[in-house]
Amino acid sequence: MAVAWKFGDNIDTDQIIPSQYLVLPTIKDMAKHTMEPQNPEFSQTFKQGDIIVGEVNFGCGSSREQAPLVLKELGVRVIIAMDFARIFFRNCINNGILPIEHSCAKEISDKDILSVDLAKGEIINQTQNKTWQFNKIEGYLADILDAGGLAAYIASKKGS
Amino acid sequence: MSNNINGMTATEYIIAQHANRSRVKPGEIVNVSVDLCMSNDATTLLTDKIMKQQMNTRKVWDSSRVVIIIDHQVPADSVDTSSVQQQMAQFVDDQGIDKFHMTDGVCHQVMLEKYVYPGALILGADSHTCSYGSIGSVSSGIGSTDLAAIWASGETWLKVPETVRFILNGKLSPDVSAKDVALHIINLVRANGLTYKAMELAGPGIQSLTVPQRFTICNMAVEAGAKSTMVIPDQSVIEFFQELERPFNNLDLIENLQATQNSPCHSEIQIDLNALMPQIACPHYVDNVRPLSEVQGLNIDQAFLGSCTNGRIEDLREGAQLLKGKKIAPHMRFLVTPASVRVYKQALQENLIPIFLDAGAIVNHPGCSTCWGAHQGILASGQRMVTTGNRNFKGRAGSPESEIYLASPAVVVASAIKGELTHPKEVR
Repeated sequence: MAVAWKFGDNIDTDQIIPSQYLVLPTIKDMAKHTMEPQNPEFSQTFKQGDIIVGEVNFGCGSSREQAPLVLKELGVRVIIAMDFARIFFRNCINNGILPIEHSCAKEISDKDILSVDLAKGEIINQTQNKTWQFNKIEGYLADILDAGGLAAYIASKKGS
Repeated sequence: MSNNINGMTATEYIIAQHANRSRVKPGEIVNVSVDLCMSNDATTLLTDKIMKQQMNTRKVWDSSRVVIIIDHQVPADSVDTSSVQQQMAQFVDDQGIDKFHMTDGVCHQVMLEKYVYPGALILGADSHTCSYGSIGSVSSGIGSTDLAAIWASGETWLKVPETVRFILNGKLSPDVSAKDVALHIINLVRANGLTYKAMELAGPGIQSLTVPQRFTICNMAVEAGAKSTMVIPDQSVIEFFQELERPFNNLDLIENLQATQNSPCHSEIQIDLNALMPQIACPHYVDNVRPLSEVQGLNIDQAFLGSCTNGRIEDLREGAQLLKGKKIAPHMRFLVTPASVRVYKQALQENLIPIFLDAGAIVNHPGCSTCWGAHQGILASGQRMVTTGNRNFKGRAGSPESEIYLASPAVVVASAIKGELTHPKEVR
């Protein structure tokens, strides 16, 4: 049971974590400013497991990995968008966040109640009583996601 | 010698060479060796932490291939920033890295002047790393975890991008610049139009563009989502490296890259340089591009000439030429930040700096400056800036209630003089 936090097109990495906070000593400190230009209350009201939903070109802009990291710190595990900017997409996978590209992102409204079934590849919108299928990520990228990110994947390979 | 290009584009050819393959195809995922990797003060420490704490690796694989550049906040403007830079200096000492620059300029300009070369594969923890296609490298921006993995191994995986070829025809008119070409392309394909793709600039019009102009266009390709860029290196690239006093002598490579120019690609888009007029990207999206004529006359509070997009000597010359003998508008804050110390020294030699100072501008030490938004020339609520930088995201240069307009050096300087968005011809 998760709440959808709906954003629009072209949510860039300066919205996710504004530049001036990147010098703060820890990701925890930075996370207090997550999405601040869009919604100053975001970091206090977002609950672990809630789902961020964007529309077109989510995560565009800078390569700063602090963007997926502050989201992860707040408990983001899944982001749904029409499409993602390339560097952000890769940074998500590398940090164990699942980016789901799906046109349903347009239909989902703010505060809809969602659940995502990773095994079945289903997004269920309980508020709108709709279910959508998504293409599960497979192969090498799925291995990285399963390990919890690229660093954990590399560490597990070293150990084996 | 045989030109064994196997029907590949220049981008595919260079990736194949780094994957030890005779041929790669778009969509394939290949493992590549990395010639150079770069990070800056926004990304180095996080990468260091990931490499050491999460990948259990103490040393970079080859310290001669690691470049570290402080450019986002030069000089340090807070205790936190200073601490970041202090730890970076310690890191390069511990690792034995000598390609370290604390005050030399914006990372991409320093890379251009000192390190990049045609045929290289270069990855950097900064999104504008895609710029080096302008001289025939394959280069792309990556995050810190990917960079940490490269530091640990010298390799990474890449999906071979499809190439979109932009065929440039004709020649730019006076008052129209490479920045206008970049904004026009972004408007045409939109902010996600080149996602995962390589942007190749080609056609007869490319010969009329200098290497710095090509760099400006390639720099902004990421604002259309591009993974990398490519301009097949020609005589002007060879001359450019001679001027930098680090000649590029691998003519076989250049011949091979030239042979790829008609290789099949994803799609071709025609651009008529003759028809192009000054463009401006309005808040808060880089693809919110309009002809300058639609917003002319809008009052502005700050102007910025600089950045890795437009902080080179050609840009300063263009600005100084317009500004000579004039003053900027009352209450205007006009920041000029050369992209590198080399550019700064050249501007001093050419007596451009006094022109800016006499007009009332602030001249800053080279670095990202206002373009990065957390350092110099922060905007208050309700303020408007016109800038030669590359991003106009909401709050990028200060208050979320401020506005940023992206334009060419000539439009920025003309607007600084009049205090409103202005066509350069009005101040000539």
